[in-house]
Amino acid sequence: MHLHDVWFVVIAVLWIGYFFLEGFDFGVGILTKLLARDRAERRVLINTIGPVWDGNEVWLLSAGGATFAAFPEWYATLFSGFYLPLLLILVCLIVRGVAFEYRAKRDGERWQRNWEHAIFWTSLVTAFLWGVAFANIVRGVKIDQHMEYVGSLGDLLNPYALLGGLLTLVLFTFHGAVFTALKTLGDIRTRARRLATGLGAATAVLALAFLLWTQAQRGGTASLVALLVAVVALLAAIGTNLAGREGWSFTFSGLTIVAAVAMLFLALFPDVMPSTLHPDWSLTVTNAASTPYTLKIMTWCAAFATPIVLLYQGWTYWVFRKRIGTQHLAPSGGH
Amino acid sequence: MNLALAPETLARWQFGITTVYHFLFVPLTISLATLTAILQTAWVRTNKEKYLKATRFWGKLFLINIAMGVVTGIVQEFQFGMNWSDYSRFVGDIFGAPLAFEALIAFFMESTFIGLWIFGRDKLPKKLHLATIWLVALGTVASAYFILAANSWMQHPVGYRLNEKTGRAEMTDFFGILFQNTALAQFFHTMTAAFLTGAAFMVGISAYHLLRKKHIPVMRSSLRLGLVTLVIAGLLTVISGDRLGKVMYEQQPMKMASAEALWETQAPAPFSVFSYGDVDKGHNKVAIEIPGVLSFLAHDNFYEAVPGINDTNAQLKEKYKDTVGLDDYRPNIPVAYWSFRWMIGFGMASFALGAVGLYLTRRRFWLAERLRTGEDERPRLALTRNRELSPRLGVWYWRLSALTLGFPLIANAWGWIFTETGRQPWVVYGVLPTASAVSPGVSQGEVLTSLLVFTALYAILAVIEVKLLVKYVKAGPPELTEADLNPPTRIGGDTGDGADDRPMAFSY
Repeated sequence: MHLHDVWFVVIAVLWIGYFFLEGFDFGVGILTKLLARDRAERRVLINTIGPVWDGNEVWLLSAGGATFAAFPEWYATLFSGFYLPLLLILVCLIVRGVAFEYRAKRDGERWQRNWEHAIFWTSLVTAFLWGVAFANIVRGVKIDQHMEYVGSLGDLLNPYALLGGLLTLVLFTFHGAVFTALKTLGDIRTRARRLATGLGAATAVLALAFLLWTQAQRGGTASLVALLVAVVALLAAIGTNLAGREGWSFTFSGLTIVAAVAMLFLALFPDVMPSTLHPDWSLTVTNAASTPYTLKIMTWCAAFATPIVLLYQGWTYWVFRKRIGTQHLAPSGGH
Repeated sequence: MNLALAPETLARWQFGITTVYHFLFVPLTISLATLTAILQTAWVRTNKEKYLKATRFWGKLFLINIAMGVVTGIVQEFQFGMNWSDYSRFVGDIFGAPLAFEALIAFFMESTFIGLWIFGRDKLPKKLHLATIWLVALGTVASAYFILAANSWMQHPVGYRLNEKTGRAEMTDFFGILFQNTALAQFFHTMTAAFLTGAAFMVGISAYHLLRKKHIPVMRSSLRLGLVTLVIAGLLTVISGDRLGKVMYEQQPMKMASAEALWETQAPAPFSVFSYGDVDKGHNKVAIEIPGVLSFLAHDNFYEAVPGINDTNAQLKEKYKDTVGLDDYRPNIPVAYWSFRWMIGFGMASFALGAVGLYLTRRRFWLAERLRTGEDERPRLALTRNRELSPRLGVWYWRLSALTLGFPLIANAWGWIFTETGRQPWVVYGVLPTASAVSPGVSQGEVLTSLLVFTALYAILAVIEVKLLVKYVKAGPPELTEADLNPPTRIGGDTGDGADDRPMAFSY
């Protein structure tokens, strides 16, 4: 196995980690309107991810940084090619981060309500756009012989990509509902479970359609296996949720995300960004990669840092393992 | 195409605006993390309430800042690829690695432990909670190192070779890149300036409250910590600036000449205090100069020659005529000249005020018994052993301290504007011109859109941020509760009567 293959896997793992973790963050953000009935419940939701959302978001920065370092051509083509969607994602991530931090810093009704709107909309738009972006990467876009994206914004909004966006949106919301059921107490927990059932069914339909479409377009044996794992995990997540086994349900909804994203990367390999104009113009793990020397340095760093990161991030979840109900909210919020 | 609206120009404006804006928060975050950690350490060691109150107060201001620093930092990582894709292709093999390291080693640490610090007051034992803020502080410093090492490579590319076939720069010596003298000098200078920034912020806000005789015990200790930090950091900023200047002179003589608007080679070379130049004709109309000082900045002596802009430009034209072949290797001279002066002026003004303040508020040294003050008294401003500053002047000292708390922020911004515009027309000095770095596939309309969106969004957020800061500054340190004074002894929080339904110490 070449180092550039290793780094393809590392980048896949970073994206998987990002979608697993920030997936439920986005979901929780969306549920502030879908599930919460009043401000206290919205606060409960926001506080289930309060201590962790920032750390979760670093998975994205690591994926971005690793792509830049290990596959500069991929980073350059992708980020300049998907310019406007990425701009929108950036705006959402900026507003969303500030919203979490600043919402409770003032008591005013309008102040808090505005930031809550912001949390909902930015979570929703970002959850949708990541699906659109990844679907386009896997499907392939118009890339010329100089590795430049030559398509338009409209080209990115094709039916397959929109279906991908819809899938991530609903899947993350489902994941968030399952997470909420696991992390909350009282009435909201029961309702989260009930909502998760409906969301699970919707996810199943969308996932089946999108993943089969992907398999038909670019799939191989490995991606088929991942597809099956994703589908089975999703059914298990729905089933365990119905049975009230919240820990298991969250494990399986997480596994669904892991398997689905893994499937996309397996379908992609050995390309990293296929060209729809000419197969020779595709970006691959070889022509987009950095030199073996850089990859070697990076491998050392990742091998050293990743276990430590996993350890302390895992520890954080353990420290904040208690469920939260409305009775736990600090009276004066973030003062 | 209209040059003012060329995609390259727009992309440069966007990078400039977003970077300067991001860097308003970075130095404050770096220094306030450490200063807050110091105050919390003082609380853990002495159990004095004023230190816990100070920790809460400065910690809150720190959090309002870091939130903005974090979110505007995401833009920084993305826009290399978005707006500078040819740059990214060219340098990715080298430049990407420190960025990835920064995320993996520093960002994770910073972002994870900040969550633990914010929400962990009633979940972590005292010392463990203290450890989390120190880890945040360590994360901010590590992050600064990696990104400065990356920037240093753009100032002075080392440890690489050019691959003729792919047209890309390839890394040959990672540690050479990470620890080259430019990186060390830039890190030293940026860190000391960061602490100057946080210290001036702390001094200014403490002075604001002391002027009104409010929250005296907390603000007195904060003032002291701030002043000591301000003076030490100020001194080190001068020293590190001098070191960095010499490195810059060696590596980018054009930048040094531009910083001084030194058109013709001179020996000994003077330091220009003020000048008014005629850029097209290549000379100054008016100039006030201190003889020999520029020679000192460049060479550590007062007589050696420093090459001027015109000679350097001719040399560079000759040197790169077969490779890059640009017509002009001069940066924007007035910008380089004035940004250099604003950087030094604002930074040093703050340092001077700190030095004066540290002297005036001294506790025992050369101070009569009657002028010494206790913990709940505002420090007297003692001019000599027995004489206080007149009340009118005293008020002005407190006012000035409060009014100048933002000076280092201005100095920082000009510092980056100087070093980045002073490197032009290069993006990677001597290797890649800025014009060849921009994304060829991104249209003028797209860059214009993002430029306007970021500028508008950042402006709105600035207003919100400043208003919040003002609110929390005015509110002063919070009152402490029983729970605050008795942190848990077990990880995850204490158990016992009613512990299951006890409200969180902090929630969003």
